[in-house]
Amino acid sequence: MDSNPDFLVQFKNVQKSYDGVHLVVKDFNVDMVKGEFLTMLGPSGSGKTTCLMMLAGFETATSGQIILDGQSINNVAPHKREIGMVFQNYALFPHMSVAENLAFPLQVRKMGKSEITEKVNHALKMVRLDHFANRRPAQLSGGQQQRVAVARALVFRPKLVLMDEPLGALDKNLREEMQYEIKHIHEDLGVTMLYVTHDQVEALTMSDRIAVFDDGIVQQLASPHVLYDEPTNAFVANFIGENNRLMGKVVSIEGDVCSVELDGGGGLVQAKKINVAGVGDRTTLSLRPERVIVDPAAGECPNNCEARVEELIYHGDHTRTRVSVSGSTDFIIKVPNTHNQQHMKRGQSIRIGWNTGDCRALDA
Amino acid sequence: MKKLLKRSIVATAIAAVSMTMMTTAVQAESSLTVVSWGGSYSKSQMRAYHEPWTAKTGTKILHEDKSGTGLAGIRSQVEANNVSWDLVDMLEGNAMIACDEGLIEEINYDEILAPAPDGTPASKDFLGGLNGCFIPQIYYATLFAYNDEMFKGEKPSTIADIFDLEKFPGKRSLEKIPAGNLEWALMADGVAAKDIYDVLSTEEGVTRAFKKLDTIKDSVIWWEAGAQPPQLLSDKEVSIASGYNGRFFGAQVNEKQPFTIIWDGQLAEIDGWVVPKGKLTPELKKYIKFITDTQRLADQSKYISYGPARKSSASLVDKHADTGVDMKPHMPTSPANFTNPIIKNAEWWANNNDDMSERFNAWLSK
Amino acid sequence: MANTYSKVGEMTTNDGVPLKISLQRSQRKLKLWAFLLVAPLLIFITISFILPVVSMTMRGVENPQVANILPNVVDALYVWDGVDLPDEAAYEALVIDLTAGRKNKNIGKVASRLNYERSGMRRVISGSSRKAAKLKEGPYKEQMIKINKAWGDVTTWSLIKRESGAFTYSYLVAAVDYKITDQGDIVAKSEEKQIYKSLFGRTLMMSFTITIICILLAYPIAYLLATLPMAKSNLLMILVLLPFWTSLLVRTTTWIVLLQSNGVLNDILVWMNIIDDSGRLQMIYNQTGTIIAMTHILLPFMVLPLYSVMKTIPPSYMRAALSLGANPVVSYVRVYIPMTVTGIGAGSLLVFILSIGYYITPALVGGQSGVLISNMIAYHMQNSLNWGLAGALGFILLVIVMIFYAIFNKVIGIDKMKMG
Repeated sequence: MDSNPDFLVQFKNVQKSYDGVHLVVKDFNVDMVKGEFLTMLGPSGSGKTTCLMMLAGFETATSGQIILDGQSINNVAPHKREIGMVFQNYALFPHMSVAENLAFPLQVRKMGKSEITEKVNHALKMVRLDHFANRRPAQLSGGQQQRVAVARALVFRPKLVLMDEPLGALDKNLREEMQYEIKHIHEDLGVTMLYVTHDQVEALTMSDRIAVFDDGIVQQLASPHVLYDEPTNAFVANFIGENNRLMGKVVSIEGDVCSVELDGGGGLVQAKKINVAGVGDRTTLSLRPERVIVDPAAGECPNNCEARVEELIYHGDHTRTRVSVSGSTDFIIKVPNTHNQQHMKRGQSIRIGWNTGDCRALDA
Repeated sequence: MKKLLKRSIVATAIAAVSMTMMTTAVQAESSLTVVSWGGSYSKSQMRAYHEPWTAKTGTKILHEDKSGTGLAGIRSQVEANNVSWDLVDMLEGNAMIACDEGLIEEINYDEILAPAPDGTPASKDFLGGLNGCFIPQIYYATLFAYNDEMFKGEKPSTIADIFDLEKFPGKRSLEKIPAGNLEWALMADGVAAKDIYDVLSTEEGVTRAFKKLDTIKDSVIWWEAGAQPPQLLSDKEVSIASGYNGRFFGAQVNEKQPFTIIWDGQLAEIDGWVVPKGKLTPELKKYIKFITDTQRLADQSKYISYGPARKSSASLVDKHADTGVDMKPHMPTSPANFTNPIIKNAEWWANNNDDMSERFNAWLSK
Repeated sequence: MANTYSKVGEMTTNDGVPLKISLQRSQRKLKLWAFLLVAPLLIFITISFILPVVSMTMRGVENPQVANILPNVVDALYVWDGVDLPDEAAYEALVIDLTAGRKNKNIGKVASRLNYERSGMRRVISGSSRKAAKLKEGPYKEQMIKINKAWGDVTTWSLIKRESGAFTYSYLVAAVDYKITDQGDIVAKSEEKQIYKSLFGRTLMMSFTITIICILLAYPIAYLLATLPMAKSNLLMILVLLPFWTSLLVRTTTWIVLLQSNGVLNDILVWMNIIDDSGRLQMIYNQTGTIIAMTHILLPFMVLPLYSVMKTIPPSYMRAALSLGANPVVSYVRVYIPMTVTGIGAGSLLVFILSIGYYITPALVGGQSGVLISNMIAYHMQNSLNWGLAGALGFILLVIVMIFYAIFNKVIGIDKMKMG
């Protein structure tokens, strides 16, 4: 078996089809290192949950290999895989108390009573719910239920914990709080975690690495800051963080810089060549809103464009400014609200510019 | 809206008034409401009694098949002072209860009923059952019949044979009431027909009857409607069944079923007419005189195999109107069949039915 | 803001009306509307359910016949010592009452009533009434005893005196196989007349059996229904509901055709040489037949609540149990089945209570051993016309049902039940 002992989980050429006609997972390959926090991020229907379910054993891979700890687990029953899992709806057993829920995985492993009590108490302390041991799940708040679910997935010391959009049902504040909590548990226990979400902020906050899914394919697998700063295709650029897109045609290429003729008469601009094959290709220029410079001093940046202010939205620390540039009407600029910032008005014409390195030429 | 409401109320009132007038008109045309048991029995009455009377006088006979609940019906109508029935077909036992309770008219037999053709007064011509209010009409029998195909060799012929499961194997079907079954059990146990009610009047006698019934209890399928026994016999669910002789006759003649009737121990019972209180009008008297005369009673036996309740009718019994079968051998009252009958003691049952039913139900459920 | 408080602690509106009163006023119209909306149902239930139940229960204890129809006799017996025969006054009262009862045509009621207590009383009363009407003059004592020697028997009079109250417990006593002796003691009926206690027992036992069988049969069906894809589960649902859409009588007679000893099933067994022709199985007209037919009829009442509960259980619970290391059987038993308890409870309650009161099916296929208590109630309603006893039996049945309802409520909690 071709497997590397450093990797806890390996997907090798995994494909999945439900109907024999369409592939929901087209060719999934990933190697997870022990102790890693890996997130599968993507819109719904992109195949990320299917991959998680195949790893947990609730779906079977149509082809390819899934390897856990050096062993192919394609034919191992779910209850023998020793994988902890947190479900979107928590799946806490409603007829058992919190303590009984936590004891369940230990009981089925035929542990002694005192050992179970000890481990349950420890796990409850870890999620700060030691006073709720005898409550029923229905008597807990959403965040508390969430913590119980996490504790239950960890209490039997699995090598790997899977989380399927565990924070989806929580409100925003609680969600952020839980993100840190899960992150801390991960760091404290050193357990390997595979996390599924469609929330890019959540993915960026928590993960060591993120696999961005779309259409059954991993679009990019990288650390959060690489995904944000250096997306390798238009989908990733768009999906992670806020992004401005300008469409155009490659006119010339010099080293890793290419010149692009913008659609809509915006003129010629310079961009970093990332995902274009050659001169004459159509391309999407990707530009983060906070990297756009308003009214650049002459010669400050090589790229200059005429823009018209369409909308101003006050955001406290910055003003989101929507402008129309070269035929695109949803170009966003984040203008910091500093003292010396001049006030713009709707309909006003301004000049905007950016550095060549901040503008990435991606696939069209 | 109000106007509409008013108008519809007026319309309803007019409709109601005209309906009432129409009903009165129908009544004025002269009609009698006769209540009977339905089925082929009612049909025989229609053909033998009602149709000739309508042809003769123009009086319409309205038919209701309510005799199954006849006593309760008369009771509620008389109590409500709204009697719509003129003449009700009823069993002797129930007639006795109704008579005692004053629900039906007492009858002066020789005044109301026609004498026999030879001049014998009615009170001497009837075979029995003249107890004050009741006008006997037919003798019918509850008795046993078997399916020929179920017995290859010897055939059952006595009541004792019914209770002999070894000699005559197969299931039995009995009516789910104590009446009849207790009498037959005693007869099978060796009690003579005339002594049966004396024996039954003692606690030991009742126990003896139930003990005899115990011997076949596990092989009995209980029936509750008169149509069931011929059906059970032809389905071969049972080999021997008790039932009404008219029903067995119908199955034999009309459906060509291979049934044989065991006349031994037939439980003969009288069925007849009663007049609800206040309904004994001169018109009804004429009608009663007509339908209970010797010829009419004999005529009825052309359509159904129940025996006329008059002695003088016996010689007039003829052939079945539709099939031409000679009816005499099928009459429960014909001498060849009337050799060992049990005459049902209606008075005894009127007194003891509650008690016997209680014990019978308890016995059944054990 | 100052006028919001008229005095300390009592809130008022800006107009100075106390807030509570103002709130009531503003909601009065809503309440009235709500009441009007439920009023038709309320009236319907009162007329069609509550009143009949109350009147049926009352019939089990009411005893108006003797007091209403023999009022003079009751008065005359008021001072009677109960040891010797009553004096001439009582006999005269008897003649007056019997004559009046015959004239009013209600003598039959008291005759039937007393006949329930002692056989033969029907003819004693109604026969005497017919003859008493013809008596010209007193003294009546000798004449009445001549008409019927029962009037010379002290126990006849003590029976009348005993049943002269407006209420009686004799029906209730009879409904549990006891009787009141001539001396007024309550003793068990003789062995061969005892029926109701064992019938109640059998009814409960069979209802229990039917409920258990229904759970066992319905559980897998409901599970399939809840987990199969929509197209297949719809088809299965139609099969489950099919019995609902067929007349009860048709279904029951179909069982007769199938199960009788010359029926389809026996024919097949004989044909396959599993049994021989003389050893045909008796599967109908006994308890087996009742249980089979009633299970069939009541199965949907178990399937539907189970299905509606199972439908709400997402697959993640079973998956969670599996992921926690429990094997499929343990997961099912410890996680899935406990989550369906409310469905089992609702279905059991429905099936149990329905089968306790069922009577058409047992009447048709029950034979002698498959008959239930409701058949006896129907018998007394329709055949023996002893409505008092029917009322008493119905009342006891109602009490039993309510006891079971209370037990269910205690164990499972009615509020948690899902009825489908």
